[in-house]
Amino acid sequence: MVVKGIDVISADSLVKRFGDFEAVKGIEFSVTGGECFGLLGPNGAGKTSVVKMIYGFSPITSGKLEVFGEDIMDKARDIKAKIGVVPQEDNLDPELSVLDNLLVYAGYFRIKKHTSRQRAMEILEFMDLTEKSDQVVERLSGGLKRRLTIGRALINRPELLILDEPTTGLDPYARHMVWQRLRRLKEAGTTMLLTTHYLEEASQLCDRLIIIHRGEIMEQGTPGELIERHVGKEALVLGADHLRRDSLADGLDELIKARHILGDDLVLFTDHGRALSERIGEAAKNLGISLDYHRLRPTNLEDVFLKLTGETLAG
Amino acid sequence: MEKRGNLLRGITTVPDLSWPLVLRVFSRNLKVFRKTWKANIMFNFVEPLLYLWAMGFGLGIYVTQINGLSYIEFLAPALIASSAMFSTTYEMTYGSFTRMGYQKTFHGMVATPVSMDDVVMGEILYGTFKGVLYGMVFFLVVALFGLVKSPWALLIPVPLALMVMIFAILSLIWTSIAPNYDSFGYFFTLFISPMFLFAGVFFPVENLPSGIRFLPWLTPLYHAVEVIRPMVLGRVTWSVLADLAWLVTFAAVTVRIPLVMVKNRLIQ
Repeated sequence: MVVKGIDVISADSLVKRFGDFEAVKGIEFSVTGGECFGLLGPNGAGKTSVVKMIYGFSPITSGKLEVFGEDIMDKARDIKAKIGVVPQEDNLDPELSVLDNLLVYAGYFRIKKHTSRQRAMEILEFMDLTEKSDQVVERLSGGLKRRLTIGRALINRPELLILDEPTTGLDPYARHMVWQRLRRLKEAGTTMLLTTHYLEEASQLCDRLIIIHRGEIMEQGTPGELIERHVGKEALVLGADHLRRDSLADGLDELIKARHILGDDLVLFTDHGRALSERIGEAAKNLGISLDYHRLRPTNLEDVFLKLTGETLAG
Repeated sequence: MEKRGNLLRGITTVPDLSWPLVLRVFSRNLKVFRKTWKANIMFNFVEPLLYLWAMGFGLGIYVTQINGLSYIEFLAPALIASSAMFSTTYEMTYGSFTRMGYQKTFHGMVATPVSMDDVVMGEILYGTFKGVLYGMVFFLVVALFGLVKSPWALLIPVPLALMVMIFAILSLIWTSIAPNYDSFGYFFTLFISPMFLFAGVFFPVENLPSGIRFLPWLTPLYHAVEVIRPMVLGRVTWSVLADLAWLVTFAAVTVRIPLVMVKNRLIQ
């Protein structure tokens, strides 16, 4: 069992290079026992490269990477015995049944037959797969396969669970089902490292996160801190004539934390949503600018990301 | 040249093997095989049977004798070897490529204490097992035809295992650089089929033009046939030891290569 508050992963000046391409450019972070740590960034940001180094799949180019206080390059087998990995793409054994997938995987950890059967049953129960236990995996839906992949990663009772885009490609129902299970694991004290480009996923699950962009850490903190620091509580989205819309916010700087143009919209970030909304409404009337729409909504991590990079995550 | 250097990077290092885990990889494949063997066995087994029929009984009528043997007596023991060769080669090309690429089975395994060397060694073991199994099933057919003349034949698994291990190694080397499934066609057309035709299965290699008579000697199939045929017919001489030595040496010298080549392909 990992003692809370001790570093499970610590990365220092971690670099990964593929030929001339530097995918990870000297990043530094640490993950503490019991927390859920998020790596957030768009596709191609270097998240998967980081993750593959942590579970010993991909050798590090330079820098230092310790997992459970040991160098991953020296002690790969021992470290991997204590990790559960949920890869981005399912790599289940499609010809085998759900139960056999778990039992075969248990074999790679040299778990005794009796124990592995017992654990497999618990996992099937936990992931709500008991009824599917005899089904052949290739006939399962995407959501069920994902649940099995996550369940399989629990067979060795991992001290660290690594989830690389665990819900990409799932429908909303399946996604919520996965989140629920991950939350229960977190409550039970499992340390988790999660990569995602879904900001909602990061907000739902992560205690702390780093935003990675082009192989570098752009920002870090708790989801709440990041939102507070960069965009405030609310976002006012305005649809108006793009030539004249800037004058709407003249003289309201003390209410506005940041502003951003997104497509045809002007987005104003603020901690005083109602007041700002009223003042903008008045300004529009006085200046004779017609507002096509005018909407106040709570801010989210996506806004933070947008403001930091000027890019959307989906791209 | 630099590229070739990369393909073989690590060739001089000691492989990171844990034999209990190699066996887990092997038994994983065996478990899948148990689910699919019925569909597979036709593919690998019926074909040599057809050869035995067409060549042995059909063509054989026109061939009076080869080295004092009827044609079917000459042919049948060699088909044991070639049928084993084909089953291993199919498994270690199409089969391994599917596990390595499309199914990402190897990736799943190495996220556990299993190392990539364990995975590839497990594949070699499995390819070897499968070749021996198919060879021995064909041996039973040959026995049913009344063509087995000697208890020496019970030792056939030894040369078979050595030979198919070599085919597992060679096939995995090709698989490690194969860009797609189509490329296996070249492997079969350029290497496997010529071996099948010219390495002493259908006619004695002495009948080859003198300039290329040495070529069969370079192939594992030739040496296996040279051991298996006398074992089936009860004509074992000391020369089989030389052929066995050739097989052992070839396997020992090449076994490290697919381990590094698959690793270098997958792990970057």
